[in-house]
Amino acid sequence: MGIRISGLAKRFGSKSVLRGFDLEVGENETVAIVGPSGAGKSALLKHVVGLLRPDAGTVEVDGADVGTLDGAGLAELRRKVGYVFQSAALFDSMTIAENVGMGLRRAGGRAQAQVRARVEECLALVGLAEMGGRRPADLSGGQRKRAGLARAIAASPRYLLYDEPTTGLDPVTTTSIDRLMLRMRRELGVAALMVTHDMTSAARVADRIALLHEGRAWFTGTPSEVESARDPVVRGFVQGDPRLYYG
Amino acid sequence: MAELFAESLAAVGRAATNALAAVGRASRMAAAAARALAKTSMWGPQLLAQLARVGVASVPIALFIATFTGIVMSLQASYTLTGAIPLYFVGVLVSKTMILELGPVLTALTLAGRVGAAISAELGTMKVTEQVDALETLAYDPVAYLVVPRVLAGTLMFPVVVLLAVTAGIGAGWVAALQLLDMSSAEFVKGMRLFFAPWDVWFCVVKSVSFGFVVTGVGCFCGLAAKGGAEGVGRCATRSVVASSMIVLVLDALWAATLL
Repeated sequence: MGIRISGLAKRFGSKSVLRGFDLEVGENETVAIVGPSGAGKSALLKHVVGLLRPDAGTVEVDGADVGTLDGAGLAELRRKVGYVFQSAALFDSMTIAENVGMGLRRAGGRAQAQVRARVEECLALVGLAEMGGRRPADLSGGQRKRAGLARAIAASPRYLLYDEPTTGLDPVTTTSIDRLMLRMRRELGVAALMVTHDMTSAARVADRIALLHEGRAWFTGTPSEVESARDPVVRGFVQGDPRLYYG
Repeated sequence: MAELFAESLAAVGRAATNALAAVGRASRMAAAAARALAKTSMWGPQLLAQLARVGVASVPIALFIATFTGIVMSLQASYTLTGAIPLYFVGVLVSKTMILELGPVLTALTLAGRVGAAISAELGTMKVTEQVDALETLAYDPVAYLVVPRVLAGTLMFPVVVLLAVTAGIGAGWVAALQLLDMSSAEFVKGMRLFFAPWDVWFCVVKSVSFGFVVTGVGCFCGLAAKGGAEGVGRCATRSVVASSMIVLVLDALWAATLL
């Protein structure tokens, strides 16, 4: 059924960050939302898992209006949506394996040995098979992102949300994270919504790219459509030209 | 002049509005914590660790402070009473003051710094690094997982720590009286028993329970309200210590006015 965002509006104090944002993400589709820092990309993503409530508009996941869900409804929603945070947001008081197993323990229904086996499977999938006993502080930035991804996929979600998955990483690690996202889609069959300001990464991973500008989806198209767009705002963002982008 | 008055009035109004808003947010968190008590599977596994962190780990500093307070109380009581009142009143003063006032209040103020600030900094760091959001995305209720076990641990363990501190304080005062004041054990014990009422101990326990609730609750509230990185975490830890110390002293007066 997918994710459907309709007329989403959100204001923080006097700043209106989202002003009628519309987007649909189909099953097994990856959509990237690009835009400059502070445009409201992360806020948009947080609406999808109910971490923020919209001022206006709706976010539907598999037909359920996220803004109207109660505690139990949100818990159920969050079991089918994995969230990879920009800073990885690993619990620093736990080992990596304990971090990855958090969602599984909450979901219940698995014996301790099954949880351990699933954790090992997820860590192997993201290339951290030997790192389960380490603490987040012992990992590099790229490894932390991988661990965050392992935690997000552990409960076998239908959707993955990536918040700036390659920000702050070197080009080689960025490529490996991009490949990992493609692998998640190929092997797990999940739909994904990623927010990023890295156009190269978005073009490599996404089926469609939406440019968030002035609080709405200014332009949506395939990576090649975005690349060849004549819209000055799109060209300004793609080429990194502030005069074009801001007019 | 009129402009200055208007500005001052506006500042007072803003402060009052902010204070009322904080009270509203704290009440909402308290209500959420009360509801979260039913989610035992979320806070239960955390409780033992928090009991150890909040209670057991606080015992050494509480005993240290109470011991020296007991010694000083004994010596100062003797200095004040010499020649006017029989020396066994040193036992009265040390025991009554430790049980009714200094044991619970000094321990609470110390633990506001040790426990309250630590909780606030820990939860504040989790908040600004999105770990609290991460908990929510994994279907955990942050209030049930983070707040309930800490506040329960504070409420349960503060009375234990305070009673140990009171015992240490009275014991130290007793030893000081024997060694430094030329008093006998019989005299000190006579003083202790002279005005002792079992209600005093209950009063001490009631105060300690409320102080434990306040120190850990304020620590959690300030931590979860943290914003803006390391500076914000530092600010929330400071705010937690100041606010909980003030509330402890207000509660102290309130209990004295209503329960004694």
